[in-house]
Amino acid sequence: MRNIVPVLTVVAAIFAIWYVAAVALNAAWAYNKAERAGVSLTTSELISDTWSQKKPKLPAPHQVGAELWKTTGEMVAKGRAFSKRSLIYHSWVTFSATGLGFLLGTALGITLAIGIVYNRTMDMSVMPWVIASQTIPILAIAPMIIVVLNAVGISGLLPKAMISMYLSFFPVVVGMVKGLRSPGPMQLDQMRTWNATPAQTFWKLRLPSSMPYLFTSLKIGMAASLVGAIVGELPTGAVAGLGARLLAGSYYGQTIQIWSALIMAATLAACLVGLIGLVQRIVLKRMGMA
Amino acid sequence: MAWLALALAVWIGGWWLNHVLSHRPKTRVTRLAVPIIFGVTLVIIWEALVRGLEISPVLLPPPTQIAVTFADKTHILWQDFVQTVIKGALTGYVLGCGAAFLMAIAVDRFDFLKRGLLPVGNFVAALPIIGMAPILVMWFGFDWQSKAAVVVVMVFFPMLVNTVEGLSDTDAMQRDLMRTYAAGYWKTLLKLRLPAALPFIFNGLKIASTLALIGAIVAEFFGSPTRGMGFRISTSVGQLALDLVWAEIVVAAIVGSAFYGGIALLEKALTFWHPSQRGRT
Repeated sequence: MRNIVPVLTVVAAIFAIWYVAAVALNAAWAYNKAERAGVSLTTSELISDTWSQKKPKLPAPHQVGAELWKTTGEMVAKGRAFSKRSLIYHSWVTFSATGLGFLLGTALGITLAIGIVYNRTMDMSVMPWVIASQTIPILAIAPMIIVVLNAVGISGLLPKAMISMYLSFFPVVVGMVKGLRSPGPMQLDQMRTWNATPAQTFWKLRLPSSMPYLFTSLKIGMAASLVGAIVGELPTGAVAGLGARLLAGSYYGQTIQIWSALIMAATLAACLVGLIGLVQRIVLKRMGMA
Repeated sequence: MAWLALALAVWIGGWWLNHVLSHRPKTRVTRLAVPIIFGVTLVIIWEALVRGLEISPVLLPPPTQIAVTFADKTHILWQDFVQTVIKGALTGYVLGCGAAFLMAIAVDRFDFLKRGLLPVGNFVAALPIIGMAPILVMWFGFDWQSKAAVVVVMVFFPMLVNTVEGLSDTDAMQRDLMRTYAAGYWKTLLKLRLPAALPFIFNGLKIASTLALIGAIVAEFFGSPTRGMGFRISTSVGQLALDLVWAEIVVAAIVGSAFYGGIALLEKALTFWHPSQRGRT
């Protein structure tokens, strides 16, 4: 709680810088317009113009806010929350790919981690490649994956989810391997003295003690998964989704649209990560670990 | 059929070899050999499956074809490499990490900034920052400057958060010792806190190294001059020249691994005293 004042100060400073930067970046266009109209601008006119241009270089926060409201709240009020012009629709498209990719990635990650912990051969052959796979900028092949899968007849949600999966499985593997190995020799010996089968050791000792690690990696995986879904939407030709909004905005110079899509993506990321944090709190509390 | 049988045989053989090797005492040789055998096995299976199942090279070119393209188009690949990696990613990486490092020292000096900026930094680090790419391309033009800017924005926060965390990694006893030596703020920073922060700083540098490449390549999807790895990938996909795309990916993989490996080597040389480095030979 004692962090609230500093955090608010920093956030306020960011907004202040944003407004000032909007004036600085948009001034050139404002002067240009004024010159052609043959009028000279006073300072206050300049500022009000830079904060209300149609296609500014940097839209002021209130313009982005207004655009956000126009594409979410107002659409809901009109009962067209899922029309193609509403950001809620685009967020939903992105979210469904993110969610599916995240689930697939988590499942793959946990499976691989169990294999790595229980099988020495897998540990030595797969683990280095799991790490190497992340030094490859996988997002670069996102367009190819989409096009190739389209050619085989898989289109829509799944290709995007595959990219999300690839990005989100890595943190889960690394975290789960660490977590499943976290019980000390003492605890493992205790299980042995109780004559526990390997399955029992797994369910009653290794899995529960890996939970804190799992949740930390799930948060990273979720954020990565969202990035994957957004980039995955770029090559589909700007049909639907937040990534498509970004691309369409950059084609037509609609900066306000780009910024509102960006803020929406940030909100979505914050909500998803926050949701995992909430589940983490509840689960760890019930397990007596928090 | 012969190709499929070969794939199966190679898989069984490779796995068996690895099984035997990994159940012998761990030495430097086995630790290197096992992953390499695994990788080679995968490549051979890929080749055999593509040939055996007669998959069209438009969908998935076999590794041999990729190697031929790689050798043929070296000049294109080199040009793209210079544009994307040297000009875009590396410039942005140095600028971004440098700025984050200086910022971290300032943040560490003032507790108010630290309490305010760290939660915000942590929040921003989880956001899809790559979305800034179209905006930055609009601001800085199509050439490498905009790519460097995207990289700066992407690497800044992970680096900042890690460095700040590292700078607070000394305990009271160590700081008291510095005080008994009559060391001032700068001396304590240089001789105690920066060395102690090195493992965290290197962690940040490693994360940033993969982000830098991703940022530079993806930023090119939003507009670039007619060279660059991201440009080549997106246009070649359109022309269904997938062998060239894969060649670019091979370049990206080599660069990414070399970048990461270089930082890891530097880390090993500079933080030899840290528990995570000791005991590893």
